[in-house]
Amino acid sequence: MNNIIEVKNLTKKFNGLTAVDDVSFEVKKGEIFGFLGPNGAGKSTTINMLSTILSPTEGEAFINKFNVLSQKDEVRKSIGLVFQDPSLDDRLTAEENLRFHAKLYGVPSNEFQKRKQEVLELVDLWDRRDDIVKNFSGGMKRRLEIARGLLHYPAVLFLDEPTIGLDPQTRAHLWDYILRLKREKEMTIFMTTHYMNEAEYCDRIAIIDHGKIVASGTPRELKKQVGGDIIRMSSAQKQKLKRELEERYKKEIKEEDGTLQLEVADGEKFLPRLFNELDTKIDSIELRKPTLDDVFLSLTGRKIREEEASSKDRMREHMRVRGGR
Amino acid sequence: MQFIQTIYTIWQRELIRYWRDKTRIISTLFMPLMFLVIFGAGLSKTLATGNFGVDFVQFMYPGIIAMSVMSVAFFSTISTVWDREFGFLKEILVAPVSRVAVAFGKTLGATTIASIQALILLILAPFIGVTIHFAIVLPLIIFMLLLAFAISGMGLLISSLMKTTESFGLVMQVLIFPLFFVSGAFFPLTAVPSWMRALANVNPLTYGVDAMRQILLGNQVDPTILNNLSLHAIPINALFLLGFSAVMVSAAVWAFNKRA
Repeated sequence: MNNIIEVKNLTKKFNGLTAVDDVSFEVKKGEIFGFLGPNGAGKSTTINMLSTILSPTEGEAFINKFNVLSQKDEVRKSIGLVFQDPSLDDRLTAEENLRFHAKLYGVPSNEFQKRKQEVLELVDLWDRRDDIVKNFSGGMKRRLEIARGLLHYPAVLFLDEPTIGLDPQTRAHLWDYILRLKREKEMTIFMTTHYMNEAEYCDRIAIIDHGKIVASGTPRELKKQVGGDIIRMSSAQKQKLKRELEERYKKEIKEEDGTLQLEVADGEKFLPRLFNELDTKIDSIELRKPTLDDVFLSLTGRKIREEEASSKDRMREHMRVRGGR
Repeated sequence: MQFIQTIYTIWQRELIRYWRDKTRIISTLFMPLMFLVIFGAGLSKTLATGNFGVDFVQFMYPGIIAMSVMSVAFFSTISTVWDREFGFLKEILVAPVSRVAVAFGKTLGATTIASIQALILLILAPFIGVTIHFAIVLPLIIFMLLLAFAISGMGLLISSLMKTTESFGLVMQVLIFPLFFVSGAFFPLTAVPSWMRALANVNPLTYGVDAMRQILLGNQVDPTILNNLSLHAIPINALFLLGFSAVMVSAAVWAFNKRA
């Protein structure tokens, strides 16, 4: 058994309100596991229970085989945490922040000298180690938090909305670091996000809504549940094309907005075949693959609430500026 | 071992933050000076004739030390509210360390900073006409530390109950003046109404002022006069301050656990 995280029937109630409702899942060693859902779905509450900040109302959870209720210190030593909101001391230098962490986690000082270089180089902050954190950009602060989370060699790294409040470019850049972590350190990563496109980087995801896991699997598997890829074509000889497609591929052809649509299992492989075989001339063609947005929509009947998220992001950004003191 | 290391790490961070904050350093240096100049020059001229047979500056001096120890200690414990507001407290609270050690580290950090302030006042004493014999420097310092520790513990308790720096500042404002006035710093508490005496009995400042005054005036004033001004024996004062600190730090640990 090489499950780093095991969660069984985890439930958390706040004054009668159920934030996390009978949640069970496992995270295997070395994988990136994504917890996907809108704000308020129970993602952070789950992370807080797994990291011993909150006690579950019911159910149990094990990190690195340690019980989150009865073996708190062992659990804390087994996890690295990057919180949703910044948690650095911005009046200290990058290195001082790391040293503080190392001492609290009992990393011996000769070992610390070695590790600080290792983790700072991993996130490209080695040259900035003596700078006061206050002068760091949002992306750099996040990277430093990741480096700090790795310092005590945890069995699993928790990233709670790691890219929230960052601009798209910084966000993409941060993902390079997270993927490098998996590649070079074989790090197990448990992350939450409400950005559907980011969930694509995960090996496996669980979609959570109103405190319940509504689906889980690889992003590919989940998207398959929704259906296949959609190919949309237009042609001057539309009726002829429609007949030809129906005869040749024995598929249902839908007409929508003057275009023809068909659903296939593997769009990339199907397109070249289509080009080779078709006699009728086509004017334009579009391949659309289902996204996790479609998965969420089909599971819950709602779009993930992006607008709400962005206003929350703005507030966070505001707090960050205030935190800059 | 990890327990001591945690206390040390938390304490060290408080001091690093203090040294980086130039405004705070300047105000630590400036505030005692201001106190001594204003109280020394102003009050001594009007009240110096003193009905209690003691030079008023000598009488006031322990109160001024207590006052500045209190304000610096309180102000230093605000760091816990900051840590909560700006997220750093989470980093501390999820670490595999004892909360007791965290509370001790925080309290000792504020104690150290407040004691630095008190030491400056001690060094300045001769310049404003306070006579300090070499022999009483050590007992004075011990009581400065005890008082600073007690007040820091109290500050930590309040700051672990507060959500924002604004509310912390407000509570401090409300607390500082009553604590100061009902501490015997300005007037002896031997002849006050019983309700005031009751308040003074739970005020840590009272015990700090009382002890430091006895130490300071011990070999300068007639014992009968000193007896009239004093409330408790010096060891009793020390015991109260220690007990008060223990209660406050335990309550702060309890508040940490409850809130986090």
